[in-house]
Amino acid sequence: MTSMTPGSTVASATAPTRPRSSYWSHLKYVMSENPVTGLAFGLFALIILAALFGPYLVPHDPLATGVGAALQPPSLAHWFGTDHLGRDVFSRVVVATRLDLLISVSAVAISFVVGSVIGSLAGYFGGWTDRITGRLVDTIMAFPLFVLAMGIVAAAGNTVENIVYATAIINLPFYARMARAEVSIRRNVGYVQAARLSGNSELRVLFGHIFPNIMPPMMVQISLNMGWAILNAAGLSFIGLGVQPPSPEWGIMVAEGANFIISGEWWLVIFPGLALMLAVFTFNLIGDGLRDLVDPQRRT
Amino acid sequence: MSLALKARKVGLRLLEAIPTVIGILVVCFLLTRALPGDPAAYFAGPMADAESIEQVRRNLGLDQPLPVQFVNYVTDLLTGNLGMAISTGQPVVAELATRLPASLELTLGALLLSFLIAVPLGVMAATRPNTWVDHLCRFLVTAGVSLPTFFTGLALMYIFYYLLGWAPAPMGRIDMMYLPPETVTGFYTIDTLIAGDWETFRAAIAQMALPLITLALFTLAPIARMTRAAMLQTLGSEFVRTARAAGLNGRRVLVTYAFRNALLPVVTTLGMVFSFLLGANVLVEKVFAWPGIGSFAVEALVVSDYAAVQGFVLSMALLFVLLNLLIDVIYTLIDPRVGEES
Repeated sequence: MTSMTPGSTVASATAPTRPRSSYWSHLKYVMSENPVTGLAFGLFALIILAALFGPYLVPHDPLATGVGAALQPPSLAHWFGTDHLGRDVFSRVVVATRLDLLISVSAVAISFVVGSVIGSLAGYFGGWTDRITGRLVDTIMAFPLFVLAMGIVAAAGNTVENIVYATAIINLPFYARMARAEVSIRRNVGYVQAARLSGNSELRVLFGHIFPNIMPPMMVQISLNMGWAILNAAGLSFIGLGVQPPSPEWGIMVAEGANFIISGEWWLVIFPGLALMLAVFTFNLIGDGLRDLVDPQRRT
Repeated sequence: MSLALKARKVGLRLLEAIPTVIGILVVCFLLTRALPGDPAAYFAGPMADAESIEQVRRNLGLDQPLPVQFVNYVTDLLTGNLGMAISTGQPVVAELATRLPASLELTLGALLLSFLIAVPLGVMAATRPNTWVDHLCRFLVTAGVSLPTFFTGLALMYIFYYLLGWAPAPMGRIDMMYLPPETVTGFYTIDTLIAGDWETFRAAIAQMALPLITLALFTLAPIARMTRAAMLQTLGSEFVRTARAAGLNGRRVLVTYAFRNALLPVVTTLGMVFSFLLGANVLVEKVFAWPGIGSFAVEALVVSDYAAVQGFVLSMALLFVLLNLLIDVIYTLIDPRVGEES
């Protein structure tokens, strides 16, 4: 799953709606205008690599205690230092990539699928479908989203799966609203009427003809949303929900390190925090880059 | 005329909040009934036998049909009964009420601070595109949304407390050396000013500085981004061109014509900003051991104190509705177009 969604992100971003040559020149133009986007794709590859092969590449077992003396600052033997149990922080930070990405990718995938189906139906059929789904989405948005996620995890049980579901639920409104808006403006355009006249059923018109056309803006949304999903999941584990202590995860590593920051052991917090920040930063940059690619008018 | 119109708009907006509140109540009610396993067994305790579980079920009204349970739940809420907090043995309502001012002081202070920085920054970035101000704005915006608040807080704590020693120990709202001021508003900064106690005021500000900056850095991004975009749009609009062509001076065009209109979309985004801010508040309170409702909820989560967590979620949601209402009322009041459309 980790490799699947990002793969399709790139694939549909490159799905051309105009002749291929002009598309590539536009891509080249965007890249040269903003080299940061190129950098973001490089970082993205690095993160995927760490998620896929991290556990085989790291020098120490991330769970093994006492691989070095406890609370040692970064050195050549332990690049990011060691924690209070003598575990290697570098290994833990790298290995954590997989769990963090897995949580956020699954959450975003669920909210994308459910949200875009709900939103498309609302945008296409209007009427009661629209009113009921609209009310549902408004109710979710009536809560401060992180607080709602806390409430859901507290009520449904403190497990990693529930972190995924909670993150998916609080992200759902963004996809539903976007899909609704994008579908409703295309509801009666020429190609849709043509598809309807040639005898396609309503659902087929919606998901076979309109839905592929709303994919580019949805992809941008996915990428921008991904960073936020990572932040949310890490925030939840920072306050002690979901992922439980020995497992390496960025949020919980920062939480464990927090006890040592006032006595000056900075590396326990800074390195997992930086990894978290880098991941979020990468997804935000890619999202901005994709937006420039898909819709040059919406640049801010 | 225009005032009556505005009053009517505000009234309509107040009515619109009713279904939202009902939605919140339904969700919170469902959350209380979605406890893992059997809530009656949970409240009866681990030693209970089948008969006493049944007893607890009847006492809590859990044997009634769901709609009846919902009505009971709402009646309980109306009488201010949110249950007891297991961790402290106090009613949840009392716990939340004593801790709310601390959270509000932090949240509103952070919003004020980020507004004071972000709006001028966005305006300057929009009026001077592609200069250093614009790049600084873009950098802050991107960094602001990428930084986890709990990480920023800890990093600031390391720099300003451990390395430089400028900040006091990150424990609570006020240093142990000082007595908390007499409660008037519950906001230490305002209460110390009312009491005229400058020294304690300074201590409260010093204690609040780091959490405030942490939260402000986080909320800066969306406000600056929106201000910049809205200013760019109004500066390019026809009424600004007309104003310029009519020979009005630059300052007047910028403030009276462009800024007043650009402020509207900024005020609209405040709703989203509050949503993030109230969430981030929980994390920052935990980092700085700030005795607000966020850290109360986190402590309750650790000991599986469900009544406390649910009370927290409900009160945060109601607070958010209230803030959204306030934003919309402000929007109606500052909207230069309302009153002219009739």
